[in-house]
Order: sequence, then C-alpha cells, then structure tokens
Amino acid sequence: MNDMTLSRRHFVVTTLATGGAFAIGIGLSSQADAAILSSDHPWNDDTSRPAGEINAWVVIQPDDTVIIRYGRAEMGQGSFTTMPQILAEELECDWNLVKPEYASANRNFVDNKVYGSLSTGGSRAVREQGELVQQAGASARERLIAAAAKRWNVQASECFAAMSKVTHKPTNRTFRFGELAVEAAAIKLDKEPALKKPDQYKFIGRRLARLDIPHKINGAAKFGMDLEVPGMVRAAIIKCPVFGGTLKSVDESKIAGRRGVMQVVKLPNAVAVIADRYYRAQSALNALSIEWETGAAGTTNSTQFRKTYIDALNEKGAEARHDGNVDAAMATAARTIEATYDVPIIAHAPMEPLNAIAHVQADRVDVWVGTQNADAALVLAAQASGMKPENCFIHNTFSGGGFGRRLGPDEVAQAVAISKIVGKPVKLVWTREEEIRQGRYRTQAAIRFKAGFAADGTPIALDMRNSAGSGNPAAVQNGLDAQTTQGLINTAYKLPNYRVLSMLKNTHVPLGPWRAPGHSQNTFFIESFVDEMAYAAKKDPVEFRRALLAHRPDFQQVIDVLVEKGDWGKPMPKGKGRGVAVHESYDSIVGMIAEVDVRNNQVKVERVVIVCDCGTVVNPRGVETQLEGGMIYGLSAAMFGNITIKDGRVEQGNFDTYPVVRLKDAPKTEVYLSSTPGKRWGGVGEPGATMIQPAVTNAIFAATGRRLRSLPIAGQDLGGSV
Amino acid sequence: MANITVNGTRHQIDVEPETPLLWVLREEIGLTGTKFGCGIAQCGACTVHVNGEAVRSCSVPVRTVEGKQITTIEGLSKDSSHAVQQAWLTEQVPQCGYCQSGQIMATVAFLKTNPNPTDADINENMTNICRCGTYERLRKAIHRAAAMMRT
Repeated sequence: MNDMTLSRRHFVVTTLATGGAFAIGIGLSSQADAAILSSDHPWNDDTSRPAGEINAWVVIQPDDTVIIRYGRAEMGQGSFTTMPQILAEELECDWNLVKPEYASANRNFVDNKVYGSLSTGGSRAVREQGELVQQAGASARERLIAAAAKRWNVQASECFAAMSKVTHKPTNRTFRFGELAVEAAAIKLDKEPALKKPDQYKFIGRRLARLDIPHKINGAAKFGMDLEVPGMVRAAIIKCPVFGGTLKSVDESKIAGRRGVMQVVKLPNAVAVIADRYYRAQSALNALSIEWETGAAGTTNSTQFRKTYIDALNEKGAEARHDGNVDAAMATAARTIEATYDVPIIAHAPMEPLNAIAHVQADRVDVWVGTQNADAALVLAAQASGMKPENCFIHNTFSGGGFGRRLGPDEVAQAVAISKIVGKPVKLVWTREEEIRQGRYRTQAAIRFKAGFAADGTPIALDMRNSAGSGNPAAVQNGLDAQTTQGLINTAYKLPNYRVLSMLKNTHVPLGPWRAPGHSQNTFFIESFVDEMAYAAKKDPVEFRRALLAHRPDFQQVIDVLVEKGDWGKPMPKGKGRGVAVHESYDSIVGMIAEVDVRNNQVKVERVVIVCDCGTVVNPRGVETQLEGGMIYGLSAAMFGNITIKDGRVEQGNFDTYPVVRLKDAPKTEVYLSSTPGKRWGGVGEPGATMIQPAVTNAIFAATGRRLRSLPIAGQDLGGSV
Repeated sequence: MANITVNGTRHQIDVEPETPLLWVLREEIGLTGTKFGCGIAQCGACTVHVNGEAVRSCSVPVRTVEGKQITTIEGLSKDSSHAVQQAWLTEQVPQCGYCQSGQIMATVAFLKTNPNPTDADINENMTNICRCGTYERLRKAIHRAAAMMRT
C-alpha cells in the first residue's frame, strides 16, 4: 500500500466511468482540513428528522453538508472515519462535506433496529455493517439522481452523481445534493441499486485521515468524562470489593458537615457520595467506614482458583470439536509430547475510567456515556429506572478506550439508580481503583496439550483439554461456551486427528470480553504449543506451520511476506531470539515475528513485524494502527497482566500495581498488508492483541531455551545468561 | 481561596487548598482537555505545564501552584498550530485520544530540554501511558516535531 500524497485542497483522480472518461473528484482534503465539519461532540438530539434525511443513515443539509450516521462507538479504533468512508463510496459525495454523527440508540429501538446493532465489539464494524452502509449510500445516491431527473424531466439514466452534485450528461446541467435532498427523501425506488465492484472503488482503500483526530490534539473532543449538564451533581462510588457481596452498613458520621457533600446513597451492593464537586465526593467516600456482607466468596484466593482451573483439566469435559479419532491415533503414535499452560485473570484498564451522567425525569431518562453498546445501555437505563425503553435516550460520546470493558455498561445502571434516588442529573465517575477492582475480566484459563507424531516426525494428532470461565453462563449449552474455545476449535491447522475438550469453571469473579475474547488466551496457548511441536519434530517453526497450513494459500502468502520482512532465519547474537505466530481471527489472517533480547532475566521486545491479510482494506492506515495498537495491548497482557484475588477481592488497584506497556517497553513495529481484495472484509481491531503473546514467549525460547507456559512474563525465570 | 494563572488568565477560585490542580482545571475553570486517568501521577493523562515544566496535575495541590504560570492543552495554541500538535496530526497519532493531551504536553516540555532526542531519550523520558498503543507513531511524531521546531 502506498502512502498517498494529498493536495492541500481537493484531490482529483481521473478514472473511467461508464460511457467514457470523466474527471471524478472524491474531495480528499489535506489532513489539517479533513475534519472541519466533524464535531467534537457528535451525537444528535435523537428525535428530529431533518427534511434532508434521505434515509436513516444520510442527511444532506441545504448547504451540502453530508451528515453520515455512525452505527458504532468510536473508542479509538477509527470506525468513526472508516464507516462514513464506506458509505461515501456509494454516495459519491465530497469527502470534505462529510460530518459523521452517532446513530441514535433510541431511534434504533423505536424504529425497528433501523441501524441493526449498535454494539461495538468482535472487530465487526466493517465486517457486519459495511454492506448495510454501502447500500444506504447507494440508495441515497440513486434517489438524489431520481430527484434531479424529475426536475429536469429527463431519464435518470442520463444523469450521474459525483462530488456532491448530480449532472445531466447531455446538457451538463447540475444540481447540488443540497438542492435535491428534500425531494430525494420523498422518492421511493423500484429496487435498490447494485453495489460497486471492488475495481470501481474510489474511497475504499484510501489512506484517509481520521475525522476525529483534529479534536484529539487540542483537548476539544468530548468524552463522557468531560460533559456537564445543567443542575448536575457529582457522585463517587465504591461497590462491594468482593464480587457478589452486599452493603451491610455505612457510618456517615465521619463526613457530617463536609463542604459540598449532599447525600450518601446506599445501593444494595454499593455506596455513593453525592457532592457539588467530584473531589469532594471522592474524598468523603474515602473517609466513610463501610461494612460489606461478602459471604463465602470473601475467603477465596488466586492460588485456589489456579488449582481449580488446572485440576479441571482432569475432568471428562464436553467435546467442542473432534476430527478423526484422537485416542486411537495417539495409541499408534511413535512419539507424544504433553504440556500444560495457564493464564491469570486480567483487567481492561482503558485510559478513561468508567463514568456516566444520568438524568431520570418523570417522563424520560437521558444518559450521556461513552459506551461500546448503546443498545444495551438503553435497555439497562430502562430497567434501572422503570421507564419504558422508548423513553430512554443514550447520548453516546467518544470513549477513552473500551477493549470490551464498555460492552457491559455497569456504570449506566448505577448512574440511573442514583439519579432516580437524588432526583437530579448525576455524573458518576469511577476511580482507577474501582475500574481495576470492578472489572469484567478476561477469564483465568488452563489447557493441557498432547501431540502425537509419526516415526518421521509428521504430527498426526493434537488433543486439547481446556478449562476456562464463561462470560455468559446463561448461554452455555451442552457444557460449551463458543467463546472460551475460540482460536482452538477453529484454527487453520489441519491434522487428521484433532480434539478440543472444554471444562467450564466459573468463580465469583465476573468475566467479560477482553480484546479478542477466547482468541486472546487461546492463541498464546496453541501458538506456543505448536512451537513446541516444531522443536520436538526438529523442524523450523515457520516450516512446521507451513506444512500444517499447506491447504491455505492465503496463509502461505502471509508467511512469505512475514519471513521476508521479519528476517526469519537470519542469524542473531547470543541472548537474542525471534519468535513467530500466525493465526486467523475475525476473518483476518495475521502473522507476527517478535525479536527479543534477554539479559539478566529481563526481556526487551526490540522489534515486531506484523503481516495481515484482512481481505478488502477500507483504510490502510486504519488497519496498520489497529494492528500496532492491538499488539501493544496484548504485549501488556503478556509482560505484566495479572489480577490476583485475596480474601475474595482484587489486590491490584492502579497502574503502580497493574503495570502496562509504556514507551520504553514498546518495540519498533512494522506492519505489512498482504491482502487479497474482494473476498473478505476482515476485522482488525482484535487480532493484533492475540499473536504478540506467543510471538514473544516463542522468541524467549529461541533466545534462551526457556519455554514459558504461564503469563505474565514479568517475574519468571527466563533462562539464558545471567 | 486560590489565585492561579491558567493560559494567561488569572482566576480566583474558592476551593480547599488541597484540591488537586486537575479538578480545579476541569470543574472550576471548565478546561476538560486535561484528563483524569489514575489520580496517583502514574499515567500522565493529566499532564500540564507549571512554569513551563510538565507536572501531573492530579497529584499537585492547587495551593502549591499559586502565583505560577499554568498552561493546559487548550493554551498551547489557539488553532492547533503548535509544532507538536501538527506532528501529531501528520503522523495520525491519536486513537481513542484520551491520553493525548497529556502526551502532547509532556512532549512539549521534553523537547525544551532535549531538542534533538534519540529513540532512547524518548523511551527513557516519555513515561505517559497510552492503552491504545500509539507508541510507535508517538515516537515518530516526537522526532517530526523536534525537526519542525529546530528549523
């Protein structure tokens, strides 16, 4: 992918259109100009239906501004730009006139899911909603053309749309989109237009600048944390630190008479202090004496949980996948190897601690929150307030990271409950400690692998016994939760005998999706053990993988690029090593090579090379940044991620006890796209977070011969020279 | 009562003297570009300048900055024209963006003391956390800003 050089103003590309050659501008502006129209607080009022609303996704104002509704949440992944980019491809509008705006969750509820799902997770924005917004853009374009044709009293087939104008080809007459939108909104098409073929794309595939970045370099972008509403009071909260526990008593006398403190709110499992300022609320909360009812969970600890998950590997388990006959094959194997791996629970720690403003009134509920799932937030707001969902309004804001934590909007239910009690708009802000201690964590998990080889070293059987917790126990069927075995049941590796057994174990610790759920820990497991298999078979780790992926030319292509760019096989000095991992997730194939330096029992990840085939690339830079960022997120988990439980509660509380990767830990990173357009629209938000974990531990093995079978890396004996 | 000067404007603020500067900026003056991330000076999302030096405002009581010049992200430039902001735009650094006010303010202060940094200098001195993992682009943008400011 070549970096585009963008001219200061409109960038005009010449392309062939039906009927001859036309100069068709797409209105790319320089990065500095790109976001003049995007807003630093891009939510709408939920109820207005502007006259120029051609469909639920597209509004064109008289001044030609193109409001494109955005059916996801911008938490850093960039789909606030890529989704409009996809829609604009079909709409044929001037990119400089595009103003993205959050789709209304209330409208999605009352208008029969007109936006589909607003839930932002599973690297699904482009994969799930891409075609929907393409169709919305194409439909709006055809209706604008029809409106113009009607005015001119000519055939629509004589007209075309480009750069926010409709032109009548024979006479060269034009109308601006803004002149046509109201009439276009009234037009019904006989049938929806066909979508462009990939070779006709002008927007899709471009390295467009993000529309939100100009607001994120000057402090203007409005996160939930930054909002105020009239009459608002502020709340600080602590929930029972033992999950599932309840409030027993609170002694309020210690904060009597404190300046600005208005009220102590007791929820069944939490205490909140209401004040005129956040710092006053939080200081008062810290001064309270609170007693909790913790029950039996209050005596549990991590050592015991780790034993639970590892002991579970001896259970019979539920069969999640079984090809061939693993037991029979193992009996005939010339050689077998076994290994047990495990990972602890980890927290999300997005930069912006959870927060929400709720205002419960007699006839409606309003919530301002940065949430990954505005649909779910709406339902929660209705439940917590007793109001009908159609009377609930979620004003979604920019989110300071999500990574899965903002999918289960706990803060919304709390803020609504508190506002209902105090009768005012309430802004609830969690501390970092509350965020670390009240997470919906990545599950603790363990796995026992067994591999069988033929006499010539060919692998003939792979057996996996996996124990993990379900993030959604209510949905478990036949002892299986599809998410816990993601990345194990659906690897691309082909062995004649292949089995995954699942043992689900839940403790009182609440679990939830953590960037690349299932894949996150399972890629560490399987890509580590496949590495072990390669060494056991005395094969090069890359060549060993290639052989198991012989049926997948797409994988082979990714590996070709990875080997070349990642210098695979080139000699390295003593104490340094390269590790490889390849995996398919979210319809994207990603390969990684990590280079490490191990000395004095410390590992430094010096360089990471990432190769991705995500099929059609909407915005190359968007793909690159997601892979880079995902890799760093996964690296934090690999290096440091460890939430431990003592007396039923989380021991860590902030970045001093829950360290994450900083600049000094961040490797030099290169991303190469090796995509074959047209066949797939793969997701890229999550894959980067998975492969870095085994790539680094495999590299440590290459450097020192020490195989790490648990995470995090920090604190472990890494072998090698001291 | 605290008398502080923020982005060149004097404010007289009626708060407890121990109130962290962060919350004074955000709730008393309404400058929300400076972010709350950890409250214990670990993450740097709250970085502002006090007399030109980077400080983590979540852990600075307002009484200690009376009479000093405080600059926040909003006061860095009127139109995002500061070299560091422009480098951020060109390198497309921010993802979620929540830490970036602090990253930019830390960079501006860092480049004053080290106008021509190596990667090693950057790695050692830039300690603000970014959970989106913009570090690779951040390093490039710091070099770009440094080059812009030298010319």
